Amino acid sequence: MDRAAIIGVGMTKIEKRKISQTFADMAWEAVNKALTDAGMTIDDIDNVVTTSSDFWDGRTISCMAVGDASGAAHKNISCVEGDGAYGAFYGMMRVLSGSYKTTLVTGHTKGSESVSSLITNAAFDPIYERSLGMDMITACAMQARSYMHRTKTTAQQMALVSVKNHGNAFKNPLSQLPLKIAVQDVLQSEMIADPLHKLDCSPVSDGCAAVIIAHESVAEKFKQQPVWIKGVSFCADSFFFGDRDLSHARSLAEAAKKAYAMAGIRDPKKEIDVAELYDAFTYQELLWLEEMGLADDATAGKLLEKGEFNIDGRLPVNASGGLLSGHPVIAAGLYSMGAVVRQIRGDAGGFQVKKAKTGLVHGVNGLGGQSHCVFILDKDK
Amino acid sequence: MVEKEHIIIESGDAVQPFAYSVGMHGSRFFAEIRDNKRFLGVKCPRCGKVYIPPRGVCGDCFVEMKEWVEVGPKGVIGTFTILRYAFIDPETGAQKPVPYGYGFIRFDGADTLFQHYINIEDETKIRVGARVEPVFARERKGSIRDIEYFKVID
Repeated sequence: MDRAAIIGVGMTKIEKRKISQTFADMAWEAVNKALTDAGMTIDDIDNVVTTSSDFWDGRTISCMAVGDASGAAHKNISCVEGDGAYGAFYGMMRVLSGSYKTTLVTGHTKGSESVSSLITNAAFDPIYERSLGMDMITACAMQARSYMHRTKTTAQQMALVSVKNHGNAFKNPLSQLPLKIAVQDVLQSEMIADPLHKLDCSPVSDGCAAVIIAHESVAEKFKQQPVWIKGVSFCADSFFFGDRDLSHARSLAEAAKKAYAMAGIRDPKKEIDVAELYDAFTYQELLWLEEMGLADDATAGKLLEKGEFNIDGRLPVNASGGLLSGHPVIAAGLYSMGAVVRQIRGDAGGFQVKKAKTGLVHGVNGLGGQSHCVFILDKDK
Repeated sequence: MVEKEHIIIESGDAVQPFAYSVGMHGSRFFAEIRDNKRFLGVKCPRCGKVYIPPRGVCGDCFVEMKEWVEVGPKGVIGTFTILRYAFIDPETGAQKPVPYGYGFIRFDGADTLFQHYINIEDETKIRVGARVEPVFARERKGSIRDIEYFKVID
């Protein structure tokens, strides 16, 4: 099979409220950063994929409104509604199709311009669920309860994810919310929805990220060191929460298994050097680690306590600060991808980990992880 | 230093009204609750899984489901949360009074979980596995709000 590589990344700083920028302004900034990073001009890009959500943007066909600022004029532009990792998946498919050589993928969100609980409430079924007021936090609180009940993971262990990731954020200038906190601070923060405290939840954020994906025939033509896509997969579970075993994520286990197989990874615990995964809520980092086989079932909390997922640990997880320290919803997967690409290139700055040959990027689409996308990136082709 | 001025355009009270069809399954499901206080699920002819709320297709098997099965009305709490932060009620736009309980109920005879409110008068009784039964609204109109909440009967 032909190969594809990520040859440029660009992200805006994640902020609580980008009051001075429109969606297109954010795209312009991220796209130009990615082009500079790659050593390319817009003329070197032959197609564009934008990623956005109409509800978050408050407009229909939101993805088309950022085309001009993304350099899509006179080019093929297409859209993905969902997490940026899925935009990257689509962008990669386009260069592997033989029709294109260089895809620019963007993802943007402004959580600050609307009422988040109403936006996520609108994702639930209008006939059976929506009028009861379920939103993302409510749903994830029930998922957290279910996970804790099955695995005996403690509130303290969950809180430690928040302590770690907010602490890591001090080393990432793009992060919104670095915090020097202790487990007690998390447990004493406002209880939002049992068992989730305020500091178990990611903040509302604005941001835009862009990545450039190239076919192998041109990947080494530009100045930037390519980071190779070795494996990728995504899988979906049932739409209704009530149909799933919320204490597990079978679609993630499946996606990870397929991505590892494609990348030739036999023992992910040993072969993955660094991971950025979807930590919209503290418990999710632990649950996803177990489902991806990066920790044995029901042990992630204990391994976290031993420091295994710290920046200097066995497997640094969310060294960038993760989404707990800034969560531009749709762009999230591309921020994670940008962080892992920089780790593998050795230019992650303050949050650089020691060994970063092989990295894992994880994106989520749908409520409570209905579907999961896993990328395995590598320094070597 | 020059003071920055940020101009914001607000969407105001504009709304986007929808009229959702509830379909054949939803119609029968809500009519049974309204008229008979009964819960109906559907059973997959291939894997045997009983789904509630009812719908046309078993996603796992990709086959159509036509067999109606009565479930509940009693069941157990599958998982739950207690909301302590005042969210906006999507129906009224007003802030909901907190705290209130929210959970997934596993009806006797069903394989999937059904979401609704849980009465939290006695919070110590709210746990995974607790037995519950529904409390119906006096005036029922054929919607999910025909059930007021579930209460623990342990």
